[in-house]
Amino acid sequence: MIKVEQKPLDEILGFLEPYKKIVLVGCNACAAVCHAGGEKEVGILAAAIRMARKKAGQTLDILECCSPRQCEPEFVEELKEKVDDAEAILSIACGVGVQTVAERFSDVPVYPGINTMFLGETERMGVWVERCQACGHCILHLTGGLCPIARCAKQLLNGPCGGSQNGRCEINRDVPCVWHEIYDRLVAIGQVQVLEQFVPAKKWGTESRHAGPRTLTREDLKR
Amino acid sequence: MTSFVPRIVAFCCDKSAYVAADRAGRLGSSLPASLEIIRVPCAGRVDVIHVLQAIEQGADGVLVFACHEDNCHSLTGNRVVQVRIDRVHRLMEEIGLERERLELRHVASTNGAKFAQIVERKFQELETLGPSPVR
Repeated sequence: MIKVEQKPLDEILGFLEPYKKIVLVGCNACAAVCHAGGEKEVGILAAAIRMARKKAGQTLDILECCSPRQCEPEFVEELKEKVDDAEAILSIACGVGVQTVAERFSDVPVYPGINTMFLGETERMGVWVERCQACGHCILHLTGGLCPIARCAKQLLNGPCGGSQNGRCEINRDVPCVWHEIYDRLVAIGQVQVLEQFVPAKKWGTESRHAGPRTLTREDLKR
Repeated sequence: MTSFVPRIVAFCCDKSAYVAADRAGRLGSSLPASLEIIRVPCAGRVDVIHVLQAIEQGADGVLVFACHEDNCHSLTGNRVVQVRIDRVHRLMEEIGLERERLELRHVASTNGAKFAQIVERKFQELETLGPSPVR
């Protein structure tokens, strides 16, 4: 899912300087999983902001709330009553959540309390790693379940470059060469012959975001 | 002239400090009247928000007591709370609060005297630091 981290407190305080009453809205989905924007973090951040403002001789009234999923308009609609009273909104959801709130409450300034980092996996508690770049055309069936778009520095599609040394990427010895890992995985699952299939150049201009923001439509679900 | 009396909130683990505090009382050790004890089943129950709430609601200093290393009755509660206290210390630095206002200490249930000593030292330290600027 989407991996995020909270912005530094002084950056957030800078956003809120002109205001006396705000809504602080979290998201109990991806942001909560990263311990950056869930209900607990709303309480923590609200307390920290109030104390920092008090230390500076100012107050700030914070209406705390948390959306089950801030990228869903029906959940964002539930914030209306709180937002009616507020001068600004601080959202600690991912960039999608912030924009959904900003679109619904377009006459109220909305500030991001979080930096959205990547689509990733929880490697272990407290460590998240990038795994997907939403390129629009998945070839994981040809790479043993390891993505060369997200995990190869050069996004190569047909094997490693000459810089792959001892299973490590030439950009950084701490980074595994994903093509080395792909080969090992395909051997392990008895599919190494899949490497003989040539993967053509990616249609970056149509499948991916290089041609602008994408829209996905399901005609059978449209209302 | 009013003199400043530091308010201390102490989160006391059921298996260690809460018993130690009781012993301190029975030994006749003097504990500050402004000490407020919050009993918790284990120090691992104390979370970041609880400490922040204590400070925001008027504590000049917060003590979190846990069992000694390898002696936690919940096995890892004392280690878990250390990580959380570290996080609060980082937040306090960002807010501009002195880190000395929050401390994690380890005490055994039998050591009422040590409990009283820790509280007394914190009280004196806070008298020097002054009232919390976010009181």
